Amino acid sequence: MDILSDLLLGAQTAFSFSNLAYCLLGVFLGTAIGVLPGLGPTATIAMLLPVTFGLAPETALIMLAGIFYGAQYGGSTTAILVNLPGESSSVVTALDGYQMARKGQAGKALATAAIGSFVAGSIATVLITFFAPMLSHIALAFGPHEYFSLMVLGLMASVVLASGSLLHAVGMIILGLILGLIGTDTNSGEMRFTFGMFELADGISFVIVAMGVFGLGEILSNLEDETERSTVKARITGLMPRREDFRRMMAPVLRGTGIGAVLGILPGGGAMLASFAAYALEKKVSHHPEQFGNGAIEGVAGPESANNAGAQTSFIPMLTLGIPSNPVMALMIGALIMQGIQPGPSVIQEQPVLFWGLIVSMWVGNLMLLVLNLPLIGLWVKMISIPYRYLYPCIVAFCMIGVFSLNNASFDIWLMGLFGIAGYLLRKLDCEPAPLLLGFVLGPMLEEHLRRAMLVSKGDATAFLTRPISAVLLLVALLMVVSILAPAVRAKRAEAFVEDE
Amino acid sequence: MQGTRTKDFWAGVVYAGFGLATMVLARDLPMGSAARMGAGYFPTMLGGLLAAIGLAAMLRGLRNPGEAVPRIHIRPAVLVIGATFFFAATLGYLGLAVALPTAILIAAAASRSFRLAPAPLLGLLGFTAFCVLVFLRGLGVPMPMIGTWFGG
Repeated sequence: MDILSDLLLGAQTAFSFSNLAYCLLGVFLGTAIGVLPGLGPTATIAMLLPVTFGLAPETALIMLAGIFYGAQYGGSTTAILVNLPGESSSVVTALDGYQMARKGQAGKALATAAIGSFVAGSIATVLITFFAPMLSHIALAFGPHEYFSLMVLGLMASVVLASGSLLHAVGMIILGLILGLIGTDTNSGEMRFTFGMFELADGISFVIVAMGVFGLGEILSNLEDETERSTVKARITGLMPRREDFRRMMAPVLRGTGIGAVLGILPGGGAMLASFAAYALEKKVSHHPEQFGNGAIEGVAGPESANNAGAQTSFIPMLTLGIPSNPVMALMIGALIMQGIQPGPSVIQEQPVLFWGLIVSMWVGNLMLLVLNLPLIGLWVKMISIPYRYLYPCIVAFCMIGVFSLNNASFDIWLMGLFGIAGYLLRKLDCEPAPLLLGFVLGPMLEEHLRRAMLVSKGDATAFLTRPISAVLLLVALLMVVSILAPAVRAKRAEAFVEDE
Repeated sequence: MQGTRTKDFWAGVVYAGFGLATMVLARDLPMGSAARMGAGYFPTMLGGLLAAIGLAAMLRGLRNPGEAVPRIHIRPAVLVIGATFFFAATLGYLGLAVALPTAILIAAAASRSFRLAPAPLLGLLGFTAFCVLVFLRGLGVPMPMIGTWFGG
C-alpha cells in the first residue's frame, strides 16, 4: 500500500520533537485567539507569518494549520460561555450552546463541542488522505487553459457562497486582482502601478493587505460597539457526557462532518457556511425542532463538527490545486510561496514530507486539542474576561512589528495603515474583504495562466471553450452565477444568511 | 432609501474610480496582442470590468432602494491608524522602546473606556519589555531599541 508508506513518512515528520512542539504551539495559540472575540485566525496567521520564515516549510505549515483549526475549537468555548462568537463560524453554536450553559450544562456543551470537533477532524483527515492525491493526479493533466478556468470557477464560487451582494463581491475580487498586479511584471520586467516607488517594485506583500484589512479593519469595526461581556459565572462541572448524551450526539456529529467536509472543499464555503448548513439540517431532521434555540445538544454537536471538518477539508484545494478556498488558505499559499514552494498539484510528489507531515499533524493536533481544551477550560474562561480595550492595542503593536519585519521597512507600516482605513470604509459599504484577499493572491497566477493559454492557442480565446475540461469548469462557474440570479435560489440564500444577522 | 447616500452608490463610486484609474495608468504600458499580451493588457481588461461593475452599482444605488451608508466613526479610525503612522514615522528617531508604548497609548485612546491608570501603564511597560525581548533579542528583527534622538 502506497498510502501506508506515505502515512508512515507523515508520521515520522509529524512526530519529530520540534514539529510536535510547533503543532502544540499552533493549536494552543489557535484556541487562544479562537476564544478571544475580535481576533480571528486570518489576522493572527498574517501576524505570525514573518516569524515562520526561519522554520522548515513543513514545520511552518503545521503550526499555521494548527492555529486555523485550533481557532474553530476555541470559538465554541466563547460561544457557549459568553453567547458571543469567538470565531465567526461559531455564531450558530452560541444559539444552543449558551442556552445549555444557562441551564447549568456548560460542561456538557463544551464537551460536546470538543468531542464533535475531534471526531469531525479525524474523519476529515482521512478524507484528505484519500482524496487529495486523487485530485492532484487529475490536476497534473491541467494546462494553462484549465488552470485559468479553474481559478475563474474558484473565484465565482467564492462569490456565490459568500453572503452579501453578488455585484459587490465580484467588484472586490477584481479590485483584489488589480492590487495583486502592482509591482514588476514577471514577463516583461515592466513596472506596473508603482508610481516610481522602489518599495513597490516587488509588489505588495499579501501579509500587509491581510493585516491592514482584517487586523486593523476589524479593530475599527469592533471599536464601534464596545460592550462588556458577562461570562457564565457558575462553576463548570459535568464535563464528561453521559452515555445517552453520546447517543444523542453521534448522528449529528456524523451529519455535520459530512456537510462540513463537502462545503469546506468548495471555494468560499469554508467553516462558517458549513456550521449554518449543519444547524439547519439538524433542525430539519430532529423530532423535537422546538428544542432548538433552547439548548438542544444536537444544535451544538452538528455545527461544531461541521466547522471543524470544513476547516480541515479546505486544505484539499489549497494543497492539490494551489487554489485558496478562503482567506486563511490564501495566506497558506503565500506562506508556501515565501518558502520557495510553488503551490499546485506537484506539491504532493515534490514535497511529500510537507504534505504527509501536515496531514498526520492535523490528526495529532486534533488529539492535542481534545486533551488540551477540556482540562484547561479555566484558563480559557480567564482569557475571555480580558477586556477588549487592553487587547486591541497589543494587536496593533504585533501588526506593526510583524509588518516591519517582512522587509525591515517602515514603508510597509504606512501601507498597512492605508489598507486598514480602506478595509474599514469598504466594510461600511458592505464590501466584504475576503474576496479581495482571494483575488489579491490569485491575481498574478491568473494573469500568468491567461497569458500562457493565449500564447499556446495563438490568441484564440475560444480555446477556453473547445478544451473539454476547461469548458466544463467555465460552464459550472456560469451555472453558479446564473443560479444565484434565479429568484428561487436568491430567496433561499437570503433565508440562509438571515440567521447571520 | 435610494440615491447618492446608499451603500450601493458609494461602493460603485469606489469601483468605478479604481477601474478608471487602472485603465488610465495602464495606458503607459505596452498592450501587446491577444496572443502575446503586454504588461498593460490584463490590467486594462480588469480596469474596464471594474469600472463597468462600478457603474452598475452606482445605477442600482440610484434607482433601487438600499441601505444608507452607516455613520463612519472618525475618532477611532484616526487614533488607531494614526498610531501606526506615528510608529512608522518615528521608529528611527525614537527607537522601539519609546515609539512602541507611545503608539500603543495613541491606539488605546480610541477606546471609549480609555483612561490613564497605574495598573494598565505598568502592563504597557511590561508589554514593551516583552516585545523588545521577543522581537529584538529573540527573533532579531532589526529595529533600533534606542532612537537617534536619544543617541542610539
